[in-house]
Amino acid sequence: MERLTALEITTRVLAQFTPVWIGLVVILTLSFMFRKRLGLYGKLLGSPIGTAGLVLVLFWVLTAIFADLIATMDPLTQISGMKNKKPGWPVSGMEGHWYLLGGDNLARDVFSRMVKGSQIVLAIAPAATIFAFMVGVTLGLPSGYYGGKLDTSLSFLANLVLAFPVILLFFLLVTPEIRSTGVPLWLAGVLFLFPIIFFCMLFYSRFREQPNKLAIYLSVTLVLGFWAYSGLAFNKDPLGVFYMDPNLLNIFVAVVFVNSPTVFRIVRGLTIDIKTRDYVAAAQTRGEMPWYIMLWEVLPNARGPLIVDFCLRIGYTTILLGTLGFFGLGVTPESPDWGMTINEGRKLLAAYPHPAFPPTIALMSLVLGLNLLADGLREESLKD
Amino acid sequence: MISFLIRRSGVMVLTALCLTFIVFFLTNLEPNLEKLTKSEGNMRMTDVQVQSWLEKNGYRQPLIKRYGEWLGVSPGWTNTDDEGKTTGRCIRRAEDPENPAKYCGLLQGEWGFSLVFKNDISTIISEKLALTGKLMMWVLIVMVPAALIIGVIAGMREGTKTDRTLSGFSILSTSTPEYVSGVILIIIFSSKFGGLRWFKGTAATAMENITFENFTLPVVTLALYGVGYIARMTRASMAEVMTEQYIRTARLKGLSFPAVVLKHALRNALIAPFTVIMLQIPWLLTGVVIVETLFNYKGFGWTLVAAVGNNDIELLLACSVVAVMVVLVTQLISDIGYVFLNPRIRVN
Repeated sequence: MERLTALEITTRVLAQFTPVWIGLVVILTLSFMFRKRLGLYGKLLGSPIGTAGLVLVLFWVLTAIFADLIATMDPLTQISGMKNKKPGWPVSGMEGHWYLLGGDNLARDVFSRMVKGSQIVLAIAPAATIFAFMVGVTLGLPSGYYGGKLDTSLSFLANLVLAFPVILLFFLLVTPEIRSTGVPLWLAGVLFLFPIIFFCMLFYSRFREQPNKLAIYLSVTLVLGFWAYSGLAFNKDPLGVFYMDPNLLNIFVAVVFVNSPTVFRIVRGLTIDIKTRDYVAAAQTRGEMPWYIMLWEVLPNARGPLIVDFCLRIGYTTILLGTLGFFGLGVTPESPDWGMTINEGRKLLAAYPHPAFPPTIALMSLVLGLNLLADGLREESLKD
Repeated sequence: MISFLIRRSGVMVLTALCLTFIVFFLTNLEPNLEKLTKSEGNMRMTDVQVQSWLEKNGYRQPLIKRYGEWLGVSPGWTNTDDEGKTTGRCIRRAEDPENPAKYCGLLQGEWGFSLVFKNDISTIISEKLALTGKLMMWVLIVMVPAALIIGVIAGMREGTKTDRTLSGFSILSTSTPEYVSGVILIIIFSSKFGGLRWFKGTAATAMENITFENFTLPVVTLALYGVGYIARMTRASMAEVMTEQYIRTARLKGLSFPAVVLKHALRNALIAPFTVIMLQIPWLLTGVVIVETLFNYKGFGWTLVAAVGNNDIELLLACSVVAVMVVLVTQLISDIGYVFLNPRIRVN
């Protein structure tokens, strides 16, 4: 078979992404049709920056969802004779198959690895960001609301973590040795408690007066929460549904740990500002409990800056995961995550630049999309 | 002001103590010590031998005591074996084995000995810091003016085409971490794939002799990520200043637009970016590690990676102390500078 030309490669790559294009068209058409009724999301489509960001992010989300349809080869299979082959090289022994973006140093398909890598990034980065937000919100609200000694000590702790150079923290926390000492487990045990505390306080403060509802909500939260907790943090899930690879847990915990102090500072600052508002005073006069005011009065009114920061932070977490991969501390040695692939590719950059190039573009476009999205959201929420 | 400085420095010292203790704890975990023992002794040591080696070399004292010894506030350990030979923390380093110093830690200037580089850590660190200092200097020379110019031009006429273009560039550059921009720049400017072979893809030769050819790519890679962020902050600050009353007054009294920008707006618009630039320096630290690894420039960041990779505990500790101090000192400078630059803030 002949090697594909540049034009053929482009058309084939674009054709491979067909499910994504269909998904994008459907989502964007529906969103534009109903944009009057969609609140902030609808308004976002009014700004070109926000729309561009949304398209980029949706592209990668849909790619992650349809990764199995898009990938042309298995990302881990090595095919002999394909080592470092240029883009568009026909696969030896397989009629009608090409390595669209070439082969890497271990004779694997660069294109399929990039596509599959999106799944890893888009599974870990948002989840880690959500956990960081849970920790930051649960600690930041009382810190800003009560002030005093609690605030001083929590702020000191947060500043302590923030004063750590990120890269050093990663080198210390994400090593294979540290797993045997149980430090990541211990950290996970603490950090993963916060979502449970958050939801319990959320329901308790709302339904305190309605014991029936409260009982249902609380029991569901506690059962689900501790079920997931036992599986994710300690790998002791009796039913074996929730499970996290020890290496993944290590990375996940480190990323949450690095991000939560910044969220804490943002939430604390917002709370200090918002607690002087009249509606908070009204709630206090009504005799609402402090946690009700924090979670149901302050937090909803702080949502604007928090949503913007959430988008930015997913992007930042993606960069952090890439950094980890770049230093060979990725999820698993073989995994196709973008940072690891860049790291493998960079070693042969002078001779074979093509394996390193696709993941860099992928990572950059995803982060760019998230940053644009955050910018669009900020612009729109400032207009209110 | 004096009491503010004292309080701020007090918090800084406390933070430094806490952080170094955490680093000390994390680098002296059991598996690391075992690895150290085996590389110091031999790979086939039994568990019992490992334990006795650790015992004999003072690694089995309470952690807080060992931290004190390392810091130099607690006397170094000594140990006399069955044959009457005395060993101790300070003895193996002291020039006169008969009268070893009582304390030998960080405060006495004893940074320890690197097992991998076979040299005194203070020598290694100062050498490597000088190399990284050169890199940082060039990065700051490129990054700060570029970012400020972009930010000021974008912010002085908000919403124009120039503003949109420059803001787009800023967002793009903040979305491109060093390991991405570095790889792309190498592909474009130094490989046959990009066609242009203007620069070298490695900075190994720059350690002795910095040339335009071997140092451009690392400096640009490192500067690029920070430029966008500082430019965005400068733009926001500039845009805010341009809406102030005194700018309108200056315009109305007939000053030309450049004069308004240069004489009235700039001074006030540059307060916020100052803080951002100072706080950007700790961020550069991560970038330095990535760029030095990518371009094989054997400076401080490269040493940090090497220390981690080789389980060189004392070197890693020393690197961590330097890194933590860099962060804390820049935070202090940014706080003081902010007060100094902004007369509206009073500290008491």
